[in-house]
Amino acid sequence: MTTTELLRGDLRLIAALVPEGSRVLDLGCGDGSLLGYLRDVRGCSVRGIELSRDGVVACVRAGIPCVQSDLDQGLASLADGAFDIVILSQTLQVVRYPDRVLREMLRVGERGIVSFPNFAHWRVRSYLAVRGQMPVSKAIPYSWYDTPNIHHTTIKDFRDLCDAAGARVLQEIPLVTSTKADPKRITAFPNLRADTAVAVVGSL
Amino acid sequence: MSIGAGALSSGPRSHEIGEVSLVGGRTLGHVTVAYETFGALSEQSDNAVLICHALSGDAHVAAGVDDYGTPRPGWWDALVGPGKAIDTEKYFVICTNVLGGCSGTTGPESLDPGTGRPFGLGFPLVTIEDMVDVQALLIDALGIDRLRAVVGGSMGGMQALVWALRYPDRVAGVVPIATTWRLGAQAIAFNEVGRTAILGDSAFNNGDYYGGGQPHHGLGIARMVGHITYLSDESMRAKFGRRLRARDDHAFEFVTEFEVESYLAHQGQKFVERFDANTYLYMTKAMDYFDLCAGFSDLAEVFRGSPVRYLLVSFSSDWLFPSYQVREIVDALQCVGADVTFAEIESPYGHDAFLLEPEAQGDLITPFLGSLIERSGGRQ
Repeated sequence: MTTTELLRGDLRLIAALVPEGSRVLDLGCGDGSLLGYLRDVRGCSVRGIELSRDGVVACVRAGIPCVQSDLDQGLASLADGAFDIVILSQTLQVVRYPDRVLREMLRVGERGIVSFPNFAHWRVRSYLAVRGQMPVSKAIPYSWYDTPNIHHTTIKDFRDLCDAAGARVLQEIPLVTSTKADPKRITAFPNLRADTAVAVVGSL
Repeated sequence: MSIGAGALSSGPRSHEIGEVSLVGGRTLGHVTVAYETFGALSEQSDNAVLICHALSGDAHVAAGVDDYGTPRPGWWDALVGPGKAIDTEKYFVICTNVLGGCSGTTGPESLDPGTGRPFGLGFPLVTIEDMVDVQALLIDALGIDRLRAVVGGSMGGMQALVWALRYPDRVAGVVPIATTWRLGAQAIAFNEVGRTAILGDSAFNNGDYYGGGQPHHGLGIARMVGHITYLSDESMRAKFGRRLRARDDHAFEFVTEFEVESYLAHQGQKFVERFDANTYLYMTKAMDYFDLCAGFSDLAEVFRGSPVRYLLVSFSSDWLFPSYQVREIVDALQCVGADVTFAEIESPYGHDAFLLEPEAQGDLITPFLGSLIERSGGRQ
């Protein structure tokens, strides 16, 4: 299926974590490619929230219901437990209040799936250590003064955030995504070796 | 205007639908509805799109010929026509003049069968719901069971919302644009200024002015006020600034000097020539009374279980029906898990943006209408 091939590596991995037929909300859903895949291949009922109008337009083209909204304004309009799965893919680091967003995710959904670039990756660390400058890498491709990423985090810091936000990490999947192939899951020294992490979270 | 566009249009038509029971309790007999259609109805009768007009619109939504065969532009030509965002080569577009209107559908200037004279203020107050019921009766008469979509801006958006709630199994998707679920105090206030100008015009004669001339002055003022609310600070600054018309210096007299004054005077004048003052009273009242939440504890309950797909659009500079009011509808729909898409279009044009931003709206409307076809095609 071409939809699968077109899906970004970390999105493929997230998709595999979503049970068939789930009610899914994707926060910061972009062009809706993950939701399209989940609907077409996994029979999910899908909803998206996206800040950019271009993203909303792409979702409409894909027939995906998508509301233009700023996650920092909250999800107050969504009912408690309205979704089985709430996805926050590569978006945690761009929101103003990551803790609030995480709490809201677990209010409206049974489980959350969060993916984020790991700022403690050895390349990032050595970039800062050796060059003495804010790191720019494949996973973090922005200059410090012009970046949507206002809350960089690490795998360890994410665990702390979950503690603080009353969330429980059910599954932590550290990944190396820089290779052309599928993202490679690693086990040893994840906070050092993973450039990206995917975590499944639930309420305490 | 291309000849093809004219050939696709039905030209002005009317249909007598007979007696209509109004929400307010009264019945209205011999109701006639004026409408136009564009494009062709498919064999399965599944490509019909109803477009609802705003306060001052009519059935002539797209280019076509008038009663005498003369080509005339439509009020939403920018979006409706062959190859346009709402493509009349794909869809069978229907547009009606609303109940209470003055462009062919029964309204206050129609003859009261009881007296043989125009209704005037004897015409019953009509609601947005009544307008929609009349449209549904026409859709019946056209042999269409289910509409692909209902699309409308401003008061037309209210009708689209009412369609979704009143006839949920007769429409697949609705596109309410630059609209609201109920008017705020500010919007009611502007309507009241317009009505006060009409009611206070010496020519008004308690609405019975059809033998003489209509209250030009009052209706003109109402339109001027209306036009201010359709624009924005930014669009007025860009369009007029403080420029003077046909002079270099201030006259130090009470004459029309600024460009903006002359624009408003022109709009008022043009309007008086084509629109009935009583209809203006009835339309603004229908909007003031419109409240989707009436009888419900909160707006979300209104939409609970709605099977209709929604595309809502607002404009950043619209201060008549501000974006936040559209968002309230979106929030309510999200709360009950309805199938809703929403986008706010950045535009300097104020409320009028729904007439002036065809590309940005088309980006959303065209694929939305397309997805309605795919979905129901899959189900059948």
